[in-house]
Amino acid sequence: MIPAKLRAAWVIARRDFVAVIFSKSFLFFLLGPLFPIIVGGMAGAIGAKVQQDLDQPVVGIALPADEASRMIEARRALADAMPGDVPDFVVLDAPWGGRTYDARAALAGRSGSSGKDTDQLAAVVSGSLAHPVLTATPERAHMWQGMIALFAARAQSVAPAALPPVTVDQVQSSAAKVQSGQVTTAQAGQVVLFLLTMLLAGMVLSNLVEEKANKIIEVLAASIPMDALFLGKLFAMLGVSLVGMVVWGGAWGGLLLMGMKSLPLLAAPAVGWPLFLLLGFLYFAMAYLLLGSLFLTIGGMATTVREVQTLSMPVTMLQLMVFFFASYALARPGTWVDWAARCFPLSSPFAMLARAAREPAIWPHLLALGWQGLCVVAIVRLGAQLFRRTVMKSGPARGRKAGRRRPAKG
Amino acid sequence: MTIGQAGTIRQDGEWAIEAQGLVKRFDGFIAVDGVDIRVPRGAIYGILGPNGAGKTTTLRMLLGIIDPDEGVRRVLGHERPTDVAHQIGYLPEERGLYPAMKATEAIAFLAALRGVPLKKGRVRARELLEEHGLGYAADRQIRQLSKGMAQQVQLLGTLVHEPRLVVFDEPFSGLDALNQGKLEKMIRALAQAGTTVIFSTHVIAHAERLCDQVAIIAGGKVPFAGLVDEARDRLRPQVRLETRARDGAWRAALPADARAEGAFWHFTLPESGVEPLLRALIEGEAGILSLSIERPGLHDAFVAIAGEAAARALEDNAQGQEQ
Repeated sequence: MIPAKLRAAWVIARRDFVAVIFSKSFLFFLLGPLFPIIVGGMAGAIGAKVQQDLDQPVVGIALPADEASRMIEARRALADAMPGDVPDFVVLDAPWGGRTYDARAALAGRSGSSGKDTDQLAAVVSGSLAHPVLTATPERAHMWQGMIALFAARAQSVAPAALPPVTVDQVQSSAAKVQSGQVTTAQAGQVVLFLLTMLLAGMVLSNLVEEKANKIIEVLAASIPMDALFLGKLFAMLGVSLVGMVVWGGAWGGLLLMGMKSLPLLAAPAVGWPLFLLLGFLYFAMAYLLLGSLFLTIGGMATTVREVQTLSMPVTMLQLMVFFFASYALARPGTWVDWAARCFPLSSPFAMLARAAREPAIWPHLLALGWQGLCVVAIVRLGAQLFRRTVMKSGPARGRKAGRRRPAKG
Repeated sequence: MTIGQAGTIRQDGEWAIEAQGLVKRFDGFIAVDGVDIRVPRGAIYGILGPNGAGKTTTLRMLLGIIDPDEGVRRVLGHERPTDVAHQIGYLPEERGLYPAMKATEAIAFLAALRGVPLKKGRVRARELLEEHGLGYAADRQIRQLSKGMAQQVQLLGTLVHEPRLVVFDEPFSGLDALNQGKLEKMIRALAQAGTTVIFSTHVIAHAERLCDQVAIIAGGKVPFAGLVDEARDRLRPQVRLETRARDGAWRAALPADARAEGAFWHFTLPESGVEPLLRALIEGEAGILSLSIERPGLHDAFVAIAGEAAARALEDNAQGQEQ
């Protein structure tokens, strides 16, 4: 037989779940996360295009004519073997007879004698192949100094040696790669967990305002235990969140299958992907319930939507602080910060998910989930008591000061 | 033994509600100050007092919505009212339902809160709506109903699980005369069926018409709790006398509190009864035109028990409600 409290929580959860799922605004809730993705994607594409159009640096060559052509030939021969993008070379001038080229003037936009377009000019190589002078900003100079030296050396050779072929023996992993990869997986897990809780847990903040506005709260308080009301509301919103996650996850998976660019592959977590995903789900539920129960308690004190809106900012800050704390702890494994993040209820799901990515032991997760569950129950009970004590009261009767009372009889 | 208008109070020593020394403070103020109440099973019990007297706080403590700071309570034999919540129906003063819910669903939801399975609650809801002439509104959302209809739906939701104890907080406020009459009828029917009904009101007429027992509450205290007749009996009957002669030796027979108002004399019936007075009036040739002995009403009892100020507040509240 189901205990009365759980049955009552189920009645509330069912009502809330149905009310949210079948409301018109739920469609917007589902579409909500797509907007930043679309906007972000558009902004990224536009930015990339702008970057592509604007940032095509050119290195100007101001060497004697034969040296300039050898330099360009050296670039052509070596460009493919160089890491990263190799800038285009353009001959600006061919000084002879001891005449020097004013590279600074060319870089400053005063094009000098060549008359060539210097809009994309990022550096100038002058002097000679034996003593090349690279005129550029410090960043560019640092980046291209070695490259110019290599090209100049190649250009100086009368009979340049062919590049020896390198046989590649690929391995799937290395100790360093596994470790750094798992840290990346841990970070990714924390970020996803944070984004989901931030997106969803804030919803419960305004959850009791409806009951107060509709004045049904008193009937609920008289009918069922207040912690059953809190639990019901939390689980209803968790259910709504899971529906959202299934829809968003499905949409994301669908887009991937439709041939979008593949995601950067993450290193396999220490506990393996299936268990990591399961733990991710459980830790999301716990993070949601922990933050949700806290927000429900805080939101329960508010009487109007405006008050809830005022509360939402500090609540978001709290979520950010929890996330930063867990992220900070990730970089300090085994220290007291790491332990504190694992034990502090609000950061525990984040820290433990990161642990799942890096360490294979499973029992700490069982312990952590139990601890987090206990904390949820404790916060719900405290919140319910506080709610009963502060919300369900009549206004003070005027003129009757405390102290004038009869002692209790029993 | 207590036999009320409903005639169903049992002499079995059991009380639907027993409360002793209930005290509740809010932010340094005492809202309820040592309330003692005993409600017999099957009775219609009124808590009568002006706004701010502590009626709602008392009811909330009895229902377990809030806990008293001091004192004890037993509801249907249980010290924790929430343990018997499924046997209690409660209609708060501030009524409200989820606006998007259909009438049937709203009643079924209220039933589910009290432990009735949803399916059964829906069936019962439709039956109740049909019984009370609201069958046509069964599938309408609460927001589509008039305020009066929504109140009726909530009232049905209060009774859908067939509670043994029904608590109404100011049930008549906001209702027109027709619906007030319907509600009075419903309360009597509940009591006839053996349900204990307790309601708060600031309208003496409702308490006087309906209640077997009342608790008069003012300033957070209950100066009287008991049978309505006992409250009335606290005052001596009032005599109204009309005589042909304006003066004479017979006037010496009138009690000291006698006062003249037009052609009438008003005074409290003497302890010795009406016979010696009548004899003196006849012998003194007062020429009795009319003489009536009126039993005091609950209003007079309220004034005598709670004081003029509380009575004035009560009247103001009642007038405010009518407006």
